[in-house]
Amino acid sequence: MDYVQNTGADRAAMLAAIGAKSVDELFRELPANVRLNRPLDLPPGMPEQELLAHMAALAAKNVCFDSHPSFLGGGGYAHFVPAAVEQVGLRGEYVTSYTPYQAEASQGTLQAIFEYQTMICELTGLDVANASHYDGSTALAEAAALSLDLSERKRIAVSAAVHPQYREVLRTQFRHMGVDILEVGTHDGATSPASVKTVAEGAAGVLVQNPNFFGVIEDLDEIGSAAHAGGALAIASVNPVSLAVLKPPGACDFDVAVGDAQPFGIELSYGGPWCGFMAAKMQYIRQMPGRIAGETVDAAGKRAFCLTLQTREQHIRREKASSNICTNQALMALRATMTMAALGRDGVRALATICAQRAHLLERLVTQHRGVKRPHSTPYFHEFVVEMPVEAEVVNARLLKRGFVGGLPVSNPYRDLRRAVLLCVTEKNSVADIERFAAALGEAVHEH
Amino acid sequence: MSIDDRLIFEKSGPGRRGGYLPQPDPKTPLESLIPAKLLRQEPAKLPEVAELELVRHYVRLSQKSFSIDTHFYPLGSCTMKYNPKINEKVAALPGFARVHPHQPAEQAQGVLEIMHELQRYLAEISGMDAVTLQPAAGAHGELTGILMIKAHLLDQKQPGRVEVLIPDSAHGTNPATCTLAGFKVVSVKSNERGNVNLDDLKAKLSDRTAAMMITNPSTLGLFEENIVEVADLVHKAGGQMYMDGANMNAIQGIARPGDFGIDVQHFNLHKTFSTPHGGGGPGSGPVACKKHLEPFLPVPRVVRDGARYALDSNRPKSIGRVKAFFGNVGMHVRCYAYIRYHGPDGLRSNAENAVLNANYLMARLKKRFRIAYDRPCMHEFVINGTSFKKLGVHTLDVAKRLLDYGFHPPTIYFPLIVPECLMIEPTESENRETLDAFADALIKIQEEAKADPKLLLEAPHTMPVRRLNEVKASREPIVRYKAPAAK
Amino acid sequence: MARPDDAKYAETHEWVRATKGEATIGITDYAVHQLSDLVHIELPKVGDSVEQGSPFGEIESVKTVADLVSPVTGKIVAVNDKLADKLDVLHDAPFGDGWMIRVKVSDAAELDSLMDAKAYQEFIESSEKEAGGKTDEEVDDDDFV
Repeated sequence: MDYVQNTGADRAAMLAAIGAKSVDELFRELPANVRLNRPLDLPPGMPEQELLAHMAALAAKNVCFDSHPSFLGGGGYAHFVPAAVEQVGLRGEYVTSYTPYQAEASQGTLQAIFEYQTMICELTGLDVANASHYDGSTALAEAAALSLDLSERKRIAVSAAVHPQYREVLRTQFRHMGVDILEVGTHDGATSPASVKTVAEGAAGVLVQNPNFFGVIEDLDEIGSAAHAGGALAIASVNPVSLAVLKPPGACDFDVAVGDAQPFGIELSYGGPWCGFMAAKMQYIRQMPGRIAGETVDAAGKRAFCLTLQTREQHIRREKASSNICTNQALMALRATMTMAALGRDGVRALATICAQRAHLLERLVTQHRGVKRPHSTPYFHEFVVEMPVEAEVVNARLLKRGFVGGLPVSNPYRDLRRAVLLCVTEKNSVADIERFAAALGEAVHEH
Repeated sequence: MSIDDRLIFEKSGPGRRGGYLPQPDPKTPLESLIPAKLLRQEPAKLPEVAELELVRHYVRLSQKSFSIDTHFYPLGSCTMKYNPKINEKVAALPGFARVHPHQPAEQAQGVLEIMHELQRYLAEISGMDAVTLQPAAGAHGELTGILMIKAHLLDQKQPGRVEVLIPDSAHGTNPATCTLAGFKVVSVKSNERGNVNLDDLKAKLSDRTAAMMITNPSTLGLFEENIVEVADLVHKAGGQMYMDGANMNAIQGIARPGDFGIDVQHFNLHKTFSTPHGGGGPGSGPVACKKHLEPFLPVPRVVRDGARYALDSNRPKSIGRVKAFFGNVGMHVRCYAYIRYHGPDGLRSNAENAVLNANYLMARLKKRFRIAYDRPCMHEFVINGTSFKKLGVHTLDVAKRLLDYGFHPPTIYFPLIVPECLMIEPTESENRETLDAFADALIKIQEEAKADPKLLLEAPHTMPVRRLNEVKASREPIVRYKAPAAK
Repeated sequence: MARPDDAKYAETHEWVRATKGEATIGITDYAVHQLSDLVHIELPKVGDSVEQGSPFGEIESVKTVADLVSPVTGKIVAVNDKLADKLDVLHDAPFGDGWMIRVKVSDAAELDSLMDAKAYQEFIESSEKEAGGKTDEEVDDDDFV
């Protein structure tokens, strides 16, 4: 099966115009010893109806949280996607368009990016945002690279409470590059500003996450001051929903904020495509990687938008570029933009508030069970860790039998958290679900 | 300003509510849960619009952009082929869309099967032994592959190999990637046939050579006729061959990089395999490699143990993660569906028709335009536009005038080695009438350039905006909306 | 534009005028023409060192970035700070008000390796031929077929 339009008659006419006798002749410059002389060993093609049935059968082999309420967080969050966002986001004009290099033919894409950048700036409290990164982990790596580019120092300091997978990405990026990655310890689930002060002295940048991996809300004011006192840039990886109600990095004098906009209108899809974001103080605009949409005017004086400051990017700077990013996550950024607009100024606050309220409700209910306790006393947003008397994987298997997807086991890599899970609650978890889940968890830990 | 040109912020009205508004519990204020000093003082100034305004705004915006669904988009090097709707439908199935990556492997057997099978298909198509789906874009795949080469060389105790050879026609991501990985870029000249200049290559190979990064077919749309010798020379000098797989559309089912000396390559699923460009992304950049590089692939690996699929991170020589989780899985699902639809015959047909369409368009244009290289092309070809300069117009002006004819322009000013360049890639999706209409338009524009150059210089005339002042945008960057100060 | 005879020229399109051990440096009209719409310039600080053949800054148009390469070795004694806000001066007066840095030269003999105005013009013409493009004068109707 294919989507080719050329018929036999078309092919004949085209070959005649070219002056070739066969399509094979068009490949005559390929050396004979590199030609593949057999069909590819792939399953034969199937028409659309069969394909749909085949894919539906594969989809049915996955446990979907439409049927099994989930309490998983840890970097990816299940939120409701408004129908308007889903439908408008499927429009072919958005889905099948290209990067807006020809600005006059791409004003829709460019204006949407400009609106996205504005919303990210508003949430983070910073001055300039780019058009997206692959995800939160690579955005954090790029922010670390930015701090190293601006410094003579060859070290970055990262809190142990930054997502473990994000820290792995940092290690991959900077291994054998002469860059030192120093870990900053936590106390009671939070990064200690005193520890930050010590490591900031030799670091180009200090990287924290807020809320951190344990769900705990960091003291960004103190951490920012400590980083600057040591001469390092202050960088935070943040949850955008939390920014509706938490003091944002910009208000704490942070230099760069990164994160993943997945919670706003982007399906989890087993891990991607999501949407990394980066925002920074205006003084760093020329060091920022990625595409940036800017406002200008056209020849008739009308307001218009175009990609700007492209001389930062790889297609112009080539080996002098500070980042190699080309393709980003534009369509996902569009979905996030529409969702932030759909919720609006008050809606995002309401959403964040519900998440926090319901998470605190779940904590109250689960910690009523004997042996289930939260190891931290620090404030949290919508995720928190509990330790249990039974191994997390065992509890989760029992919860699945009862129709729930349990929390994320965290004892690997956090070995001082014993039999622990990270529980997350969003507005998708109704109060009834929460009460049933808490009861099921109680049964699961005391089952024999 | 017409009412439809406003930003979403300019359409806001205080108190306007969207259709979806969550209702918090009024009895539990946030301050009772989180200390006030950690809370925001001022709300973020997001828009306040009702649902109809939201829908109308973003639908109208969508109508101001070109797209494959609406226009012919012969962008060289981008492979703007048809994005099948069935792929969007299957990727949106709840069993794929609403699965959390932290769910244990037993709860994700369907999606892991897709990823495992896709790995196998891509290995077969490239002639390689192992694949990772983790990189999120082509450039990300390049970085992954180059880091793997670096790890391999260090494992072989060869730390002195610090240079990567790159043809002067390469895409900008290639040298940028090398810098990010800590390598020095050495440029290799192209010859008059648009291929690697073998003498220059020999002069630049040394015991400092870590690798060569090559694109085949090249960014000029030409098959690297000496590829076997090139690979041989690089290997004999102790280097690895990396291939940028952006142009796989021309050779899938016809020739395999693993058979012509490539050690590791990336794919662009958003080019060769039709996953939609989405206005700039998401993409997906899987990496395929030969056995000797397999230990260095990122983790976790998707593996099969009997009938069960699992994730395996026990790979001590792995370069580690290049991204959280497993890659742009939604694009893997689309690509898998595309390959299952096409089968081996369909994929081969794509290559044959892509090359046929490009050669046909080149034949239509070669009497009137200077084709940069006198050879059969692969899936794209390059026009040298310097002859327009005498008339005082540039390739840029030709491109802007094409918009008035209802075509998205080809890639312009890339690759850098052809002056005033237009790079044209029709893809296999288009029919002959479209190709003829495009050729006719280019010829007409050439005549306009002689008779009335202002038509080009002031183009476009029929777009939602006239020619933009990009200099002003760079000199005075305005990168966000700011509400006017309240009076 | 007529190029000053009292200046020397580098293959990377910088000019240098030396008086009493100090060299004033800028870029030529040809370089400015190649760059077209100028957008941004990065210049070094007074007190920085420069080396013949090494970059001392960067200049950007909308679509390109180019290194500014020093034709001499020495220490920077003055920088034209006004240039960043008035880049258009480079179109009008690249050899005058468009000067970029003034350097205390450590080895006056380095200037001997540079070209005079006539040699520089010949250099430009032969590089363009080598690049395969025709000069504007040579393009004719055959190019249109």
